[in-house]
Amino acid sequence: MLEAISVSLEDLKLATLTPMLVAIGGALAILIIDLFKDGLHKSLYVMLTLLVLLVDLGAVLGLSVNQRGFFNLMLIDGISIISQALILLGSMLFIPLALTSKRFHEYSYPEYFALFLFMIAGYQFMVSSDNLILIFVGLETASLALYTLIAMHNRPNSYEAAVKYFTMGAMAAGFFAMGAATVYATTGSVELYKIAEVMQSRMDEAGLMIALIGGGSLLLVAFAFKMSLFPFHTWGPDAYEGASAPLAGYMSIIPKLAALVVAMRIFGMYIDIGIEAIRDAILVLSVLTMTLANIMALVQGDVKRMLAYSSISHAGFVMAAIALDTTKGNTGIFLYYTLFLFTNLGAFAMLWISRHKNNTYHNRFDHPYEKFAGLIHVMPMGAVVMALFMLSLAGVPPFSVFWGKIFIMGAAVDAGYVWLAIVMGINSAISAYYYLKLIVYMFLKDPASNDGTIYYNLAKPLMTIIGIAVVVTATSIFYVQPLINYISYMVGASGY
Amino acid sequence: MDHILTILVFFPAFAGLLGFVVDKGSARAYGIAVATIELFIALWLWMSFDGSNGGMQFVEMLPLVPDFGISYYLGVDGISLFIVIMAALMTLVGMISMSIEKDVKNMIISLLFLEMTMVGVFVALDAIVFYLFWELSLVPMLYIIGAWGGPRRVYAAVKFFLYTFLGSLIMLVGMLFLAYLYHDVTGTWSFAITDWYALVLPMEYQVWLFIAFFMGFAIKVPMFPFHTWLPYAHGQAPTIGSVILAAVLLKMGTYGFVRFSLPIFPDASVMMITPIAILSLIMVVYTAMVAYAQKDIKQVIAYSSVSHMGIIMLGVFAMNAEGISGSIFLMLSHGIVSGALFMLVGVIYDRLHTKELDNFGGLAAVMPKYATIFGIMLMASVGLPLTIGFVGEFLVLLGFYKVSPMMTIVAGLTIIIGAIYMLSIYKRTFFGPITHDENKKLKDLNSKEIVSLVPLVMIVIWLGIYPKPVLEPIDNSVKALVSFMEKKAQTQEAKDIIVSTNAGEDK
Repeated sequence: MLEAISVSLEDLKLATLTPMLVAIGGALAILIIDLFKDGLHKSLYVMLTLLVLLVDLGAVLGLSVNQRGFFNLMLIDGISIISQALILLGSMLFIPLALTSKRFHEYSYPEYFALFLFMIAGYQFMVSSDNLILIFVGLETASLALYTLIAMHNRPNSYEAAVKYFTMGAMAAGFFAMGAATVYATTGSVELYKIAEVMQSRMDEAGLMIALIGGGSLLLVAFAFKMSLFPFHTWGPDAYEGASAPLAGYMSIIPKLAALVVAMRIFGMYIDIGIEAIRDAILVLSVLTMTLANIMALVQGDVKRMLAYSSISHAGFVMAAIALDTTKGNTGIFLYYTLFLFTNLGAFAMLWISRHKNNTYHNRFDHPYEKFAGLIHVMPMGAVVMALFMLSLAGVPPFSVFWGKIFIMGAAVDAGYVWLAIVMGINSAISAYYYLKLIVYMFLKDPASNDGTIYYNLAKPLMTIIGIAVVVTATSIFYVQPLINYISYMVGASGY
Repeated sequence: MDHILTILVFFPAFAGLLGFVVDKGSARAYGIAVATIELFIALWLWMSFDGSNGGMQFVEMLPLVPDFGISYYLGVDGISLFIVIMAALMTLVGMISMSIEKDVKNMIISLLFLEMTMVGVFVALDAIVFYLFWELSLVPMLYIIGAWGGPRRVYAAVKFFLYTFLGSLIMLVGMLFLAYLYHDVTGTWSFAITDWYALVLPMEYQVWLFIAFFMGFAIKVPMFPFHTWLPYAHGQAPTIGSVILAAVLLKMGTYGFVRFSLPIFPDASVMMITPIAILSLIMVVYTAMVAYAQKDIKQVIAYSSVSHMGIIMLGVFAMNAEGISGSIFLMLSHGIVSGALFMLVGVIYDRLHTKELDNFGGLAAVMPKYATIFGIMLMASVGLPLTIGFVGEFLVLLGFYKVSPMMTIVAGLTIIIGAIYMLSIYKRTFFGPITHDENKKLKDLNSKEIVSLVPLVMIVIWLGIYPKPVLEPIDNSVKALVSFMEKKAQTQEAKDIIVSTNAGEDK
């Protein structure tokens, strides 16, 4: 007979669960509203989602740092709070992009918004646990919701994108499960801090270490799939192309950020213990990713695919910081993603408002470079804003992403990886070419069509979001210092 | 005036922002007005500048990202003062002489932003702020070449951008590494150049860092073999683009060597004298020969401008006060003279829409004023005594003679090559019979062109005869720099070279 477990409610520390519960509760509320009354306008759901996210953000910021809860499954530390806040911030920027002036299929379903909130909850679970099983559950919840969101764009290539992403995601899940199982089999635990203890005490057992490195490699492959690192990136550009532009922008940031946090927890532990093989593997993957994705971005004929490859390259850049395993490197990751979030989402939002249903410009691509030719003559403001985002992505100072780049490069130099900083510098120079290509089309070529406006899908809420992104991108020099202070305090407090 | 440098840097940018509101038809007048005010601010800076003080003046400091040691740190000394004034002058003159009709408002706004970055580079004392202006200067130039240039303008613009961007990113890694070393030694982060001066670096670090900075600066100068982007950019750029590029943007590279490489890495700089001198000599001789072979008058000017940049490099690496002062003076004279020559080429291009030398000939008869001004600028370019070009070249050669008489003789010979090709194009353009009938009806300089060119002619002659007001503040700052380098140099060999080449100087 098993002993009855007596648990007091205080010990559970349900407060650690509040943010996720808010998101899930909001999603259920949206479904219930739909049950009572059909055909409500999307603006209602957008605003409800926004409110739920706002409450969620409040709950996240109200959490106290470094506590465990819910049978030790939850771990609320500094990086969990920052990453949850970033996830919510990104989502709050993303969701108003549904308020386009034109009607799109997916937004007519309230389920879209419910699924979106479930996905957020999934990511929040993923980043606030060091239990491999809960991480897995969060990852799968979020991913399954995301596949559906992509498919709901309702075009043939959206289905293709969703199915491709789904199969690749399922494979990644398989790798994750195998890796976690190997680690569990050798250490007898699924909790990272216990795994670390076991590993530390049994460093001299060669067989065990080989099994652990094997398990670590499987996990690394799983995250390489999720973060679309080379050579596991092949689904990326196709999935981005099939998804609607804002969702593609979202996919290039938030899921990767969540995966990055988990990678930081798992591989940070491996490197801390002194398993250099994992560090080398991460370095190789990230250098290959940033270089090859850059080269592939050079030859793209479509702006969206170019941005897809460029965000793969950015992911490689950031992944390299994990291999450094220093507080400065980890601070750099969050700094980079905070700045990248606004700029990249802004760039994708600019594509979104240029989405034209009738005039497709090209029979294969939605956003060929030619579409933006001579934009400075047609819509000077649009061209300047897009150019600002491109320059920022290329790392031209003083725009936002530059500070992220310089911080991570500085961290690499600090950690003794000068060659890595040089590789990063060279890659930034290569990437300048394809960002510049768009600027060249916009500013230096003659307009391709005279139908007056390219930004056809424009609406006030979208302009607001883009305006926020522009302000954040252009004024970064003034808030970088407080941001670094906050992030490095939070990262340092959680011991990364 | 505590914030005169801030005003000097951001006044054009602010005016550029307001320029979006100005009506298209008045944009040009607006631009000229702004550039005139900017020039007066720059001249005011000169008036209030203490020429006998070799140190930094009008220093402004405001921490931006204190954790990372980045601050808004500006200052000006004799080395940068006159380059700033020259940048303001050439922008104004370029705007006045500009003949562009298409999208003139966009051009004016780009030029004003470009002026901000040019002034910013020369007064920045924080490496990151320097880098920021350095990179930002590429964007308006890209637009100017790409939007108003010749048939292959887009290729030329992108080549220009990527070449310089790559070099400067390597320089950025060098800056980060230097800041890291500073942090290692002192425990605090700093990107302030004056803090870096105090840093004594081991030799192997100096060499690597020197190379990293060299990549950034050498591509900008452009030194052989990194010069290939420049003739292309000049060939395609509109006149105003070439004027600014030759007069100011190239000086960023040579200025960078003086501001960063020499004082921060004195030992490595001494070690690099020979390789850099050889590269500079190749650059001087080879491009002079290439210039002679060109059929396009603008390419001749472009290559001759590269050739003169080689002399400037030689002066910088003479490591003594004469050489460095001479090369700074030569930067000014090169800016004015090559800027004027590009404007003169623009004048004939506006009239004939060709730059082929074969289509000219006998122009002196129909365009006497043009021929006169062209002649004066050409003489200044080849370094005729009593023109501005002579002072700088003479000082550079004098300075480098103390390092290596042999190389100085080779460099001196190129002045003769320079005279050959310059006089040859002058002959083919202005003398002989008029071979093309349409050339007989050419109009001489119009008032706009005279207003922009005559002041330059006056400066060329004034500073050629009496360079002291400019040369003295430069020399004071350079002497401070050289004696600082001598103190800082660690290896005996470096000390010897810096001392011996300064023999005869009173310290």
